[in-house]
Amino acid sequence: MSVAIKANRLTPYMFLAPAGVILVFALLYPIGYMVYASFLDWSPSQRIGQAEFIGFRNYVNLWGDEAFRESFWVTIRFAAIVVTLEMFLGVGLALLLDRNLKGMAVLRTVFILPMMIAPIVVGLMWRYMYHPTVGIFNRTLKSMGFEGVPWLSDSTWSFIAIVIADVWQWTPFIFILALAAMQSLPRSALEAAEIDGASEWQKILLIKLPLMMPVLIVTLLLRLIDAFKVLEVILVLTNGGPGLSTEILALRIFRTAQEFQELGEAAAMSNLLLMLLMALTIGMFAYNRVQEARVARQRAAAEKDDD
Amino acid sequence: MSAQTEKQNPAFYALIAALVVMSVGPIALMLATSFKTNVDVYDASVSAFFFSPTIKNYETVLCNFLWYEPAHVDYCDPTFGRALVNSLIVGLISTGLTLTIGCMAAYALVRFKFMGRGAVSMTTLLMRMVPPAVLLVPVFGIWTFQYGLDQTYAGIILIYTAMNLPFVIWILQSFIVQVPIQLEEAARMDGANPFQVFFLVVLPIIQPGLAAAAIFTFRIAWNEFLLANALSGRSTRTVPVTIVNSITEYDINWGVIMATGMLLAIPPILFTFVASKQIITGMTAGAVKG
Repeated sequence: MSVAIKANRLTPYMFLAPAGVILVFALLYPIGYMVYASFLDWSPSQRIGQAEFIGFRNYVNLWGDEAFRESFWVTIRFAAIVVTLEMFLGVGLALLLDRNLKGMAVLRTVFILPMMIAPIVVGLMWRYMYHPTVGIFNRTLKSMGFEGVPWLSDSTWSFIAIVIADVWQWTPFIFILALAAMQSLPRSALEAAEIDGASEWQKILLIKLPLMMPVLIVTLLLRLIDAFKVLEVILVLTNGGPGLSTEILALRIFRTAQEFQELGEAAAMSNLLLMLLMALTIGMFAYNRVQEARVARQRAAAEKDDD
Repeated sequence: MSAQTEKQNPAFYALIAALVVMSVGPIALMLATSFKTNVDVYDASVSAFFFSPTIKNYETVLCNFLWYEPAHVDYCDPTFGRALVNSLIVGLISTGLTLTIGCMAAYALVRFKFMGRGAVSMTTLLMRMVPPAVLLVPVFGIWTFQYGLDQTYAGIILIYTAMNLPFVIWILQSFIVQVPIQLEEAARMDGANPFQVFFLVVLPIIQPGLAAAAIFTFRIAWNEFLLANALSGRSTRTVPVTIVNSITEYDINWGVIMATGMLLAIPPILFTFVASKQIITGMTAGAVKG
């Protein structure tokens, strides 16, 4: 009997143990290790014990590295442009299509496809479409009598090209989230506005958007975090070129580790990227907290009024 | 819902149709190109969608699985066929492992009241934040020099399992919470031990949750490139790695590479059509509370 009780007391730990072990050894440990490695001068042929400890020199080097600063700004510019465009398009489409239409289920299913397919394949499809001679864009332009566009060989155009591909892939994400938020809005508020004679625009600007704001801000932050992680599509499309015009930070980390074999420097860059994303995530949590606190306060106030 | 369907402006239907064409277009173009000969691809007079289709590209890609020898293949390159098998092995085993370990942990967290659900959803969100590029250096270093798992299936499977676990635990929790505790108590009364309760009572009930979690984990393992590229050896390469390797060549054979891409894209496309509802639920769960 006592054995059985003991077994019962141990059960939760037995259920949790495998997950705990894997998460500690394959996730927490590597991330801690990365922080340590960012202080080392380390090449892939060396064991970590043989690598020389050089303090903050990797970070100092990065600070003075023209190319790193360039790719840092490319990342910021890419994330800002892409997320802004996608938010406007996604929310705009959701506002337009928030009504009883027949094809919506099909549209929603088809809209997830770009997100489900491997980013490598997405890059491949767009690389084919951007091809200077056989790509569908230049073919169409030429058949209409225009000059072809140097999509992937000009630094401005290649930036536009990766933005278009990303907007194609991720606008549906915003659309689906915004639509879900919109359909869970309280009907009463909208009906009241209708009785008061609010126009369609007034309803959108004064009721729908403010009520959706909490969800929209979380969506924006999720998408922003993801925009800093984009790598494969750009790797296949431009490999960061021409020059450094499309080399975002994640791609630079990959190339520093793979081509230049500077693991310490790559770790330092990873660390900076991680801190940037951490700040965004903490911002999101803080926002959620504030929002929940405010809702709770309002509810408390409403209950007091009832008494 | 259908009772309320009013007559809507046809412009909306046109808009929906345009959006569908825009999101499917590139995929359709890839499908069409995968049936094109390389000569046709480079011939400007051949239309993008209307041409005489051929399955030669697929024969080239899958040549080591065919029971006959295609006449046009001089030398059968087994790289892709092998990679396809590797991708399947890695995807299936890591999905199986993640689900087994994940639902045990989720069950313990819900039923034995460990840390709150808050802690798990926090970890999930934090994990969502970590880009694979950040894991690249430490995982490469540790797997190679400390665990000795480089160039093996085990190494790739281990990192995919770890990457997917937080999300799987988080999504399964929300399903396990809904299992009525009376069912489990009844099984206990009948003398079942905790493991029997878990495997014979709880698991069958949460099947829909397991399916959703399986799709998410399999898709990530199937599509991932960066870590697979760093960890796999010549014989354990997965499909995304072979695709990237073959586009660095100057003379790209578009037909063949599009056939490869299509084969990689087929499983996720199938999942989308079979389980779009669960996928949307999983996607929106983080942002829209409901």
